[in-house]
Amino acid sequence: MELRRGTKIMFGVASVIVLMFIYIPLMVVALNSINGDASLTWPIRSVTLEWWVRAFHSQGALQAVSTSLEVAAAATVCALVLGTLCALALQRYEFFGKSAISLLVVLPIALPGIVTGIALNNAFTTMVGIRLSMFTLVVAHVTFCIVTVYNNAFARLGQLGEHAEEASSDLGAGVWDTFRLVTFPRIKSALFAGGLLAFALSFDEIVVTTFTAGQDITTLPIWIMNNMFRPHQAPIVAVVAVVMVLVSLIPLWISQRISAEDED
Amino acid sequence: MAGNQGLTVSSPRRGVVGVIHTLMARRAEQETELKATVEMKADGGETASFVPVRRHAISSFLYNHPMLHRVALLALPVGWMGLVYIVALVALLVTALWSVNEYTGQVEMAWTAANIVSAFTDALYLNVTARTLFIAVLVTVVDILLAFPIAFFMARMASKRSKKVLVIMILTPLWASYLVKAYAWRSVLSGSGLADWLLRPLGITSPGYGLAAVILTEVYLWLPYVVMPIFTAFEQVPESLLEASGDLGAKSWMTIRDILLPLIVPGVVAGSIFSFSLSMGDYIAVGIVGGKTQVLGNLIYTDVGVANNTPMAAALALIPILIIGLYLTLVSRTGALKRL
Repeated sequence: MELRRGTKIMFGVASVIVLMFIYIPLMVVALNSINGDASLTWPIRSVTLEWWVRAFHSQGALQAVSTSLEVAAAATVCALVLGTLCALALQRYEFFGKSAISLLVVLPIALPGIVTGIALNNAFTTMVGIRLSMFTLVVAHVTFCIVTVYNNAFARLGQLGEHAEEASSDLGAGVWDTFRLVTFPRIKSALFAGGLLAFALSFDEIVVTTFTAGQDITTLPIWIMNNMFRPHQAPIVAVVAVVMVLVSLIPLWISQRISAEDED
Repeated sequence: MAGNQGLTVSSPRRGVVGVIHTLMARRAEQETELKATVEMKADGGETASFVPVRRHAISSFLYNHPMLHRVALLALPVGWMGLVYIVALVALLVTALWSVNEYTGQVEMAWTAANIVSAFTDALYLNVTARTLFIAVLVTVVDILLAFPIAFFMARMASKRSKKVLVIMILTPLWASYLVKAYAWRSVLSGSGLADWLLRPLGITSPGYGLAAVILTEVYLWLPYVVMPIFTAFEQVPESLLEASGDLGAKSWMTIRDILLPLIVPGVVAGSIFSFSLSMGDYIAVGIVGGKTQVLGNLIYTDVGVANNTPMAAALALIPILIIGLYLTLVSRTGALKRL
């Protein structure tokens, strides 16, 4: 489609404004992390690296990061398995109740976190009668992580069609070999993207976490919540956020690379 | 993935293919069985080469019984969701029909509709519901308006390389903690913050903490979730369709209005599900920038966390469940649920 130069410039300018809207608050966070003055007065008057040094020595912050990594990794692995199985079944077969199942998968992120949180808390503590722990936390996180894997895998399977799988079974491969050698290599970039989203979702989750984690478990969002309003901890929280953003560029870049390889 | 292209069979007819497949699957099965038997005899009846036969037996059995294949695939995910989530949700809704003993503070399993009636008729709750809905709708509309130009630019105007960079730029903020971003807005909007510093020369003061701050912050928080599905929808419209429209004499704005926009509706709806649902349920960002603003999330949290009145919280939870359920049913026809 040919667009006039004026139209292109208009859209370009609008995009830059939206990007500024997205990045200015993040810049504020970055500046808060080097602000010599612990209050949030603007413009900042002095610059210090003290918060960065203290953040890397903060036991609480480091411990919380590692707890969150564990929870997110466990939840992502489970979500990858369950989401892929579900996508295979729903993409390859027509059956009664199919739309109900696809709605069921979406429900945990469509309904407010607090509803999911209270429901699971109630189920764990009153119905099943188990204490809240790392286990209950991961179970809760998997529930709302499945959808990102499912959606990515489902869309990719739809694009691919099923001829390759049919050919594979014609050639004598079993169900598992067909998945391992034919289906998986062709959906792995979608699974990576879905898994990455699931990881991010779990890593940043606070509402469901407050209702399903044991008292002794401090994930990063919970640690942030506890320290955000404390004058000498707030800049350390800012440091952690900046580091998270920078580290996230690596998997995001890998994800883009893998999907670019698929297109070639 | 050039290597796999060789495996693709060019569009065969289903019926014929089905028969051929069954035959071939059986043949393959017989062959492996034969081979295994031969090998078994050769190395004196050891079971090492027996494994593939077993596996293929399962595979062909599943092939001939697609129903069982389906069940095998769905057992784990649906079992998980059903056992963990649906049971929990139903149990919560049942709790809404119980009550709390005023003296002991214990939940009593005596059936009463009082909580639900009050959740749907009490002036306070109706008021807060209306405010929450207002926030959710406004945030969604603003997010779609903001997402539109940048999603269009990314999908249709940017070069391949800059498209990649832009996608990363949209997704990166999702990794900056939600709490930190909300807090960033708190500091931007504070009395001596960036907003005030920027706006003072224009004679405007920062809106401070309240309803406006909540809307602004939520627009900010959910924007990437709205941009991505709209971007994908723009990207999936084939260029040939737009060229055909141009060849048939349509001006570019006509092509955009009559061809492009109708085709991206599912993407827009998918984005709106995110911003609408997230705004309906949020109470933490509201707590950080909202001052005294009360939304449904606040009320539910207070009932369960402070007042320890789970039945009332469950009754109030019905409101967002119903609203979002209604919204999902309305939009499910657009096929948007598959694009989240």
